[in-house]
Amino acid sequence: MDKMIIDNIEYRITGSETILDSAKVLDIEIPTLCHNEHIKPYGACRLCLVEVALKSNPEAAKLMPACTTLADPNYIIKTKSERIQKARHFIMEMLLSRCPESNEIKALAEKIGVYSSENNRTKDYLLNRAASYTDTKCILCGLCVRVCDEITERYALGFSGRGMKRRVNTPFDKISDSCIGCGSCAYVCPTKTITLEEA
Amino acid sequence: MPNYPMELLICSGTGCVGNGSLELIKAFREELKKQKLESKIKIAPSSCHGLCGNGPVILVQPDNIYYQNVTLNDVKDIVNTHCLKGEALIRLMPKEAVKNENIPKLKEIGFFSKQRLVALYNRGVIDPESIDEYIARGGYKGAARALIHMKSEEIIEEIIAAGLRGRGGAGFPTGVKWGLCAKSESDEKYIICNCDEGDPGAFMDRSIMESDPHSVLEGMLIGAKAMGAREGFIYIRSEYPLAIKHFQKAIDDANEYGLLGKDIMNSGTDFKLSIYRGAGAFVCGEETSLIHSLEGVLPEPHGRPPYPAVSGYMGKPTNINNTETWSNVPHILRQGAKWFASIGTEKSKGTKVFSLVGKVKNTGLIEVPMGITLREIVFDIGGGVPNGKKFKAVQTGGPSGGCLPKSLLDISVDYESLQEAGSIMGSGGMIVMDEDTCMVELARYFLSFSLEESCGKCTPCREGTRHMHDILTAITAGEGKEGDIELLEEMGELIKETALCGLGKTAPNPVLTTIKHFRHEYEAHIRDHKCPAKACKNLIKFEVIKENCTGCTLCAKSCPVSAIRGEPKKIHEIDQSICVKCGICRSVCRFNAIGVD
Repeated sequence: MDKMIIDNIEYRITGSETILDSAKVLDIEIPTLCHNEHIKPYGACRLCLVEVALKSNPEAAKLMPACTTLADPNYIIKTKSERIQKARHFIMEMLLSRCPESNEIKALAEKIGVYSSENNRTKDYLLNRAASYTDTKCILCGLCVRVCDEITERYALGFSGRGMKRRVNTPFDKISDSCIGCGSCAYVCPTKTITLEEA
Repeated sequence: MPNYPMELLICSGTGCVGNGSLELIKAFREELKKQKLESKIKIAPSSCHGLCGNGPVILVQPDNIYYQNVTLNDVKDIVNTHCLKGEALIRLMPKEAVKNENIPKLKEIGFFSKQRLVALYNRGVIDPESIDEYIARGGYKGAARALIHMKSEEIIEEIIAAGLRGRGGAGFPTGVKWGLCAKSESDEKYIICNCDEGDPGAFMDRSIMESDPHSVLEGMLIGAKAMGAREGFIYIRSEYPLAIKHFQKAIDDANEYGLLGKDIMNSGTDFKLSIYRGAGAFVCGEETSLIHSLEGVLPEPHGRPPYPAVSGYMGKPTNINNTETWSNVPHILRQGAKWFASIGTEKSKGTKVFSLVGKVKNTGLIEVPMGITLREIVFDIGGGVPNGKKFKAVQTGGPSGGCLPKSLLDISVDYESLQEAGSIMGSGGMIVMDEDTCMVELARYFLSFSLEESCGKCTPCREGTRHMHDILTAITAGEGKEGDIELLEEMGELIKETALCGLGKTAPNPVLTTIKHFRHEYEAHIRDHKCPAKACKNLIKFEVIKENCTGCTLCAKSCPVSAIRGEPKKIHEIDQSICVKCGICRSVCRFNAIGVD
């Protein structure tokens, strides 16, 4: 019983690893947006949700993010079920509605089959009817903020506001004294929203 | 303390203070001074009695006579007639309680008769700023038993046996939660009281903090011993200044009495407690966000596991309980698990505090045994719906909860039954709605709250609630489309499934339950462009009923936008192109001559 089951494969957990790590070893692809293996997992975008059930109660599966959930020999994991597909498409459709101009988001949506999937009410609403609220390509994954905190330790970026008013900016909207122009934030940005300018 | 033959307990909780109880206390003191009665009658500022909507309220002891809506003009009369002549003033009592010349005692008044006080045991009785009065009512006996006579495991077993479950709403067994934290090995552990109460219309925790702060403090002291924590925090929102003041006084007094600090009651237990003031974000009521806020970082939730019991405040094992949960603990230790477990239903033990608000006669704070029916709460305690209107629904659990219709009034109020009915126990907000409430608008209102309070970290809560809100706004504006109900259902279920924390996972509930129980109202908005409750402005029209109009001109004079025209004594007319549908004309008309369609 010391093996986790992931997509019907028995998998021996080697140490403290997340479900996403385990899947990578098994070449099981789980899409992510707010994840970078060098930065602490965050669990915000919800794209990497997988079905997690306990072996003692396999019927009662919950959706958990693969990036923040630690692998556990008591788990049975499904990464490709219809339920997962529905959830992932929903997340991607919401992001498409948020930033319809982002080529990266469109490409990922294409890859996980959003466009080719059967039409449904939610998809139709989010892709055709929903009002647009932002003109940014930022999906608020927070990778830029976290890389600046954790890797370069410059703390030059942060979040301000909450809910739909949340955005990434520098403290008090002024150029951060601590920014060294290293470009890490631009490098990790999944939608290429941050650009560097010559000073 | 000197003994007085008579005491006037005058509520000095937030509601009554707002209605002038502090001025009343001053006036009573002056009157007694004038009549040289100061040594005979004590004016005691007391904690909240619960009937906040009818304040200021006074309880006269030892007669056990209750007065409400007392004004400065009543002071002389109360002193002269009641205190000196011994005659009760019927005009200051709740009307429905006075039957056949019977002068009702406190317990015979509908609002109080079905209540059972555990968490609010000291309500209206003690001065919340007096540690002596708390001790005189048996206070710190439970802590003494736990600290001096019991082992940590025994305390936890007692709490498990009592069947106490989290009063924040989720209902997780408190003893089991304590056990998890107790088991975690660490040099430092912390316990936290969650008093970041934020549901619209909810004021349970505030009232407990204001009226009986020592019960929470004693509960935490017991918890500290049970889990081996040496430090605790009260996370309380800054919007509760009186609660903060009373709790700070409680901490200071407990420190002075040796009930906090080092080697408490010579038991070897050390415990330090301090207040942390929340800066006002609903999401901080979620335990992982609360811990982040306490640590001084951005208050946003993280996924669980790891649970706080393993890695919480500063990465150390931490236990968080709701204010009401903590305040139940001393009573369990004082009177035993068996006593506590004898109250309530099979799975939900003890009592629950609710703030009963909305379209109900007796607005206020109540504590009832689990298993009571919603009907008893709304009609027997709450006195039913005012102004002859019909009851429509009751919302439990605030923006995370659900809306229950008339047909479910007889369900038992316990964690399981409420969940089965599609709602939740929640932290205790109970909002009553009458026939004038539009259920679509209600759902839109609650969702707008969640939308504003979403921290914005995870995609479904940030983006999804906004989309649902847009759809609901369109429906209430008469622009809903066929299929929108099903769209809301689909999207609501998806958000519940994919959101990160409790806020997002429960945000769609008010929408889903109103669709479940009041689907016809949604359909009327979308298909017929009608609001059955006549509340949605875009879907209604005010018109003069010609047969009733006397041409009194009152409506025309009251209209803020001058949309009503007409000669005196002639039938008036409303210009629909100017009318803003505020309804003032309808409320001022004495001849029922303004109709709404």
